[in-house]
Amino acid sequence: MTIYYNFAYLDEGTKKKIRRTLLKAVAIPGHQIPFASREMPLPYGWGTGGIQVTAAVIGPEDILKVIDQGSDDTTNAVSIRNFFRSTTGVRTTTSTREATLIQTRHRIPETPLHAGQILVYQVPMPEPLFKLEPRVSETIALHAMADYSLMYLKLYDQITRYGRIAIGYEYPVIVHDRYLTSPSPIPAYDVPKMHMSPALQLFGAGREKRLYAIPPYTRVIPLDFTDYPFDPVNTRQPCALCGAVESYKDEIVIDDAGNRQFICSDTDFCEHRR
Amino acid sequence: MSYVAVKGGSTAIQAAHRLVRKRMRGAPDAPEITPRQICGQMHLGVDRVMAEASLYDANLAAQAMLQAQGDMIEAIFLLRAYRATLTRFLDSMPLAMDTMRVQRRISAAFKDLPGGQQLGQTYDYSHRLFGYFDRLETESEIESGKTAVPPEPMTSVMDLLEKEGLMEPAAACEPPAENTQQDITQHPLLFPATRAQRLQSLARGDEGFLLSMAYSTQRGYGQNHPFIAELRMGEVTVEITPPELGFSIEIGTITVTECQMINQFQARSPEEAAFTRGYGLVFGHSERKAIAMALVDRALRAGELGEEALSPAQNEQFVLSHCDNVETTGFVEHLKLPHYVDFQSEIQTLRHLHKTATKDGADRV
Repeated sequence: MTIYYNFAYLDEGTKKKIRRTLLKAVAIPGHQIPFASREMPLPYGWGTGGIQVTAAVIGPEDILKVIDQGSDDTTNAVSIRNFFRSTTGVRTTTSTREATLIQTRHRIPETPLHAGQILVYQVPMPEPLFKLEPRVSETIALHAMADYSLMYLKLYDQITRYGRIAIGYEYPVIVHDRYLTSPSPIPAYDVPKMHMSPALQLFGAGREKRLYAIPPYTRVIPLDFTDYPFDPVNTRQPCALCGAVESYKDEIVIDDAGNRQFICSDTDFCEHRR
Repeated sequence: MSYVAVKGGSTAIQAAHRLVRKRMRGAPDAPEITPRQICGQMHLGVDRVMAEASLYDANLAAQAMLQAQGDMIEAIFLLRAYRATLTRFLDSMPLAMDTMRVQRRISAAFKDLPGGQQLGQTYDYSHRLFGYFDRLETESEIESGKTAVPPEPMTSVMDLLEKEGLMEPAAACEPPAENTQQDITQHPLLFPATRAQRLQSLARGDEGFLLSMAYSTQRGYGQNHPFIAELRMGEVTVEITPPELGFSIEIGTITVTECQMINQFQARSPEEAAFTRGYGLVFGHSERKAIAMALVDRALRAGELGEEALSPAQNEQFVLSHCDNVETTGFVEHLKLPHYVDFQSEIQTLRHLHKTATKDGADRV
């Protein structure tokens, strides 16, 4: 039995539905829109939301880049890139500059994005309040009333315990002065790159069946207090390969004595600097 | 330098997949199992894959079991992913359950009933001893599990009770929903869910999960006081009505298991008191799943029936959000994916906290 798959795997009707939902998402920045997520041939939790968004917006002229943890060469990035290569035949690249469509897990590239580019995030838990309120029926009401006191309390609680806001990744942000939004589990270090980005940012959560978006040039403000401003932590160790200080690093244990080396997590950025 | 080892690559993936292929085949000198053999001899496994993938295709389910090396959830995932690519062109007509060609039908509520009890194929009452079935002779008509006598429609026990006013009307537990977007494969499940959406979720839900949830209601976590009114398994005809024809046509038959559960009565006044319903319907032959589904369906009606919902099985968002094994296995196993970046930010935050603590003293605030 020969099985035929459509361009980018999903049938045209499904892709159209996803694009309609994305239009709504773009019109209400940061607001989660439910969509009928499909089973993809890759498992839930491994990027099915991002994959469905990419499948819905990709065209034959696109140049696709896929990264996971900032790298083009991690196993899941390789797997997703191969999936789109075989179901669409589009050209793929590792260059952030050259790509028209970038699917990512847990990082925003170091190289600034430009107008016309689309950044697709894989999102595990789209609801920023889920650890504070697991009932979706309740969080919908909290969003409707823009009642984010639970999250402010969490930040306040951390300040009383630790003397600072101690959220390292998935740092809650307010999009377009309205919706509390999860930036996906990117490090807090990456969050400022979302603010007024010239690129379109699309977010897909497959298992949780939600899409949301941040249109180009939209305000994205990390939640904080005037006296305890947003202050992400990053190592000052230079990259062992390219010497970059400002970039986000992977930490690598290089021997049994526990010695460490720091290397840019964005492999494309690192290679261009060497 | 361990840098290369940390970044996995295409070569490693390919090698890993070649190993799967080798392991999947087993010993090269042993004959290979065919999907036909799986369909013939492991049909209960095939039924489970079809039910939880929500695609009725025994041959593909058998192929999936082989490709998954017997890992049922992997097989379900494979078939579900294929299902997602199929075009939906029509909804079928509601199944006429009273015309089921019954292969098995039991009631635990009544000793005898119109149409009688029919034991059919079951492990119930067998002894779990190796070789227990080997000594039994098989006759051709018994072997097929089908009787030559044309089936007479069997009245539903629930209908009998409903006529007597002892059972809540079937329509009562399906209040007309404003939301017409009921198909959970075409529209996302939102809360509160309608009963149709709940039953769809449960029908494709993980057998083990539903079994545990159902069991918990029997042990005091959301009691139902259940009786199986009727459990049937057999073939039903699927019909569709193409709009250009305007009348329905048969497109095939499927085997299903249905469980109608009688549960504790309740009402505001003695005259209104009536038993309440729980319903289970599953592709193929799966009594365990159908019974569990009926118990969980009833438990999830707690809110609607004005019961205090304190237990997990009565919590709609808890049950429906966690019963799909394709979703759950994906997210639980995604922990195998690299999390260098998030973990790195956690390490850095912790180090920073330690450093500032030693510098400023812990109780700065």
